Amino acid sequence: MATRPLGVEAAPVSLGLRRPGAWTVLARFCRKKPLGAIGGVLMVVMFLTAVFANQLATHDPIATDAGQSLARPGPDHWLGSDHLGRDIYSRVVHGARVSLVVGLASTLLGSVFGGIIGLLSGYVGGKTDLITQRVMDILQGLPLLVLALVMSAALGPSIPNVVLAISIPIIPRAARVIRASVLSIREMQYVEAARAVGLRHVRIAFRHVLPNTMGPFIVLCTAQLGSAILVEAALSFLGLGVPEPYPSWGRMLSVSAAEYAQKAPWLVLFPGLAISLAVFGSNLLGDALRDTLDPRLRGA
Amino acid sequence: MKTYIAQRLGIGLLTLLGMSIVIFGMLRLAPGDIVDILFSTGGYVNPVERLAIEKELGLDRPVWVQYVEWMRQILTGDLGKSYRYDLPAWEIIRPLIPVTLELAILSLIVSVALGVPLGVISAVRQDTPLDYVLRVFSLAGLSMPSFWLGMVIILGLVAWIGWIPPVTYVRPSENFWLHAVQFALPSLAVGYRSSALIMRITRSSLLEVMREDYIRTARAKGQSGSVVIWRHALQNAILPVVTVIGIEFAFLIGGLVVTETVFNLPGLARFLVEAILWRDYPIVQNLVMFIAIVVIVSNLVVDMLYGFLDPRVRYGH
Repeated sequence: MATRPLGVEAAPVSLGLRRPGAWTVLARFCRKKPLGAIGGVLMVVMFLTAVFANQLATHDPIATDAGQSLARPGPDHWLGSDHLGRDIYSRVVHGARVSLVVGLASTLLGSVFGGIIGLLSGYVGGKTDLITQRVMDILQGLPLLVLALVMSAALGPSIPNVVLAISIPIIPRAARVIRASVLSIREMQYVEAARAVGLRHVRIAFRHVLPNTMGPFIVLCTAQLGSAILVEAALSFLGLGVPEPYPSWGRMLSVSAAEYAQKAPWLVLFPGLAISLAVFGSNLLGDALRDTLDPRLRGA
Repeated sequence: MKTYIAQRLGIGLLTLLGMSIVIFGMLRLAPGDIVDILFSTGGYVNPVERLAIEKELGLDRPVWVQYVEWMRQILTGDLGKSYRYDLPAWEIIRPLIPVTLELAILSLIVSVALGVPLGVISAVRQDTPLDYVLRVFSLAGLSMPSFWLGMVIILGLVAWIGWIPPVTYVRPSENFWLHAVQFALPSLAVGYRSSALIMRITRSSLLEVMREDYIRTARAKGQSGSVVIWRHALQNAILPVVTVIGIEFAFLIGGLVVTETVFNLPGLARFLVEAILWRDYPIVQNLVMFIAIVVIVSNLVVDMLYGFLDPRVRYGH
C-alpha cells in the first residue's frame, strides 16, 4: 500500500546515491526546459538591471533637457529621448526597479495573504470554508484590471497604494490554489498521525500541511508576477498607477508618448518591449516550474 | 435542470449583492469627491455653495442611506444621475454598450479563430519545432500589453503604408469600411492576447483525449488522421475550451479598458476610466456592477452549454 503522500519526495534511499547538488538540479532543469531557462535568464537580467540601475544608466532618469527634446537614438541617447529630453534608456533601466518592486511586492502580499486564507479555509472546512469561498467568488467575479482600477482610484496614486490595489485581486486566486492542495494533503496519513499524537491544529496546519503546498505556491507566484507587472503598466498608463517622477514603463507609454509617437516611435517601442520581455520571462519560467514542481497540472 | 438554474441564479444574486457592497465601500474610501474636483478646477468657491452642491448630490447623507438608495434605484431600473454631466446615468451608458459589445464579440471571434486551430496543430505536432514556435507565439501574446500592441500596430501602419487610422469614432452608417477597420485593429490586439489561453487549453485537452482507446479504434478502422482529430477527438476535447472561453470573456472586458482608450473608441470601458478619474460615483458603481453582471451571466451560460455539448453532464447535484 502506498503510504507516501503525493508531492512529497521519498527519503533518500541509502544505496550510496548522493542527493544531487543545486548546480546539477539547475543544469538538469536547463536541459529539460530550455524555454524555462530562457525565462529564468530574462528574470535574472531584469533583477540585475533593477539592482544596478544607478550604474547601468547613462543619464539621470528624471532630469529634463529642453535642448535634447525627442532626440533620435544614437551615441548620446542610446534609445533616444522623450519630449522633455529625458533619456529613454536610463528611464527604461530605472523602470525595471519600479516594475520589479511593485510586481514582487504585490504578488507576495496577495499570495501570502491569499495562501493563509486558503490554508485555513481548506484545513478547517465546513461552514467556514463555504463562506470564505463565497467571499473569494465575489472578489474574483471582476476582471483583475477593473478591480485594481477601482481600488487604486479609491486609494490615490502612490507606490504603496498601487501595490495594495494589485495585491487584492491576487488574494482569491492564491486562496483557491492553496485550498485545493490543502484539501488533498489534509486527508493524508501523516497528517492523521500528527493528529493522533495530539499536536495542536495550528501546528499541524502550518508545520505539516503548509510546507507541502510550496510547489503550487511557487508556481502561482511566478505566474502572478507577470500579470502584476502587466496590471501595473496598465494602471500607470491610465495615470492611476505609479506617480511622476518615478520612471515607470506603463507611465512612459501614456498619453504624452502617444502624442509624439508618429514623430518619435522609440518613445513607444522601448518601454513596451521592456514590459513584454519581463512578462514573457516570468511566463516562460512559470510554465517550466509548473511542469517540474507540479506534474499534476502539466500542460494545463 | 430547473432547480439547478434556480440554485445558480440564487448564488449569482448573492455574489452580486456582495459585490455591490465591495464596490460601494471602495468608492467611499476614496479621498476627495466630485465636489473637490469641480472646485479645484474652478478655483475658489464659497463653502456655503459647496455644501449646497453636496446636498444636491446627496453626498451629505450617511453612507448606508446612500447605499440603500442605490439598491432601490437599481431595483427600480433607475440608475441615478451622473454628477458630471447632469444627465441620467442610463442615458449616458446606453449608447456606449454597442461599441463595447461589438469590440468584445469581435475580439472573442479572433481569439477562438486563432486559439483553437493553433492549439490543435500544436497538439498534433507535439514536441516538434512547430509546436515550440506556436507555443512561444501564444505566450508572447500573453506577455504583451494589448494597449501597447495596439499602438505598435498603428505605428506600423503609418510607417509602412502611410495610412493613418481615423482619430474619432466612425459610425457604421457613415462609412462601413472605415468602421470595420477601426474595430478590426483593437480586436486583433485584444483577441491575440486572449487566444493564448484558449490555445493552451485546446492543446492540453486534445493531448489528453488523443490518448484514449476510442481514438485508437477510429485509427484502426482506417479513418484518416484529420477526420479522427477534427471529428472524434476535438468534439470531446472542446468542453474545457468552452469554460475558458467563458472566463476569457470576463478578461476581455478588462483588456478593453485600456484598448478603448488607446484607439479612442467611445465604449463603456474608456468611459469607466474617465468616470473613475472624475469620481462620478453613479456612473462608476453602475458600470462596475454591469461588468459584474455580464461576468456572472456569461459563466452561467457556459455551464448551461455544458449539458448541450456533452449529454453525459447532468445537473441537479
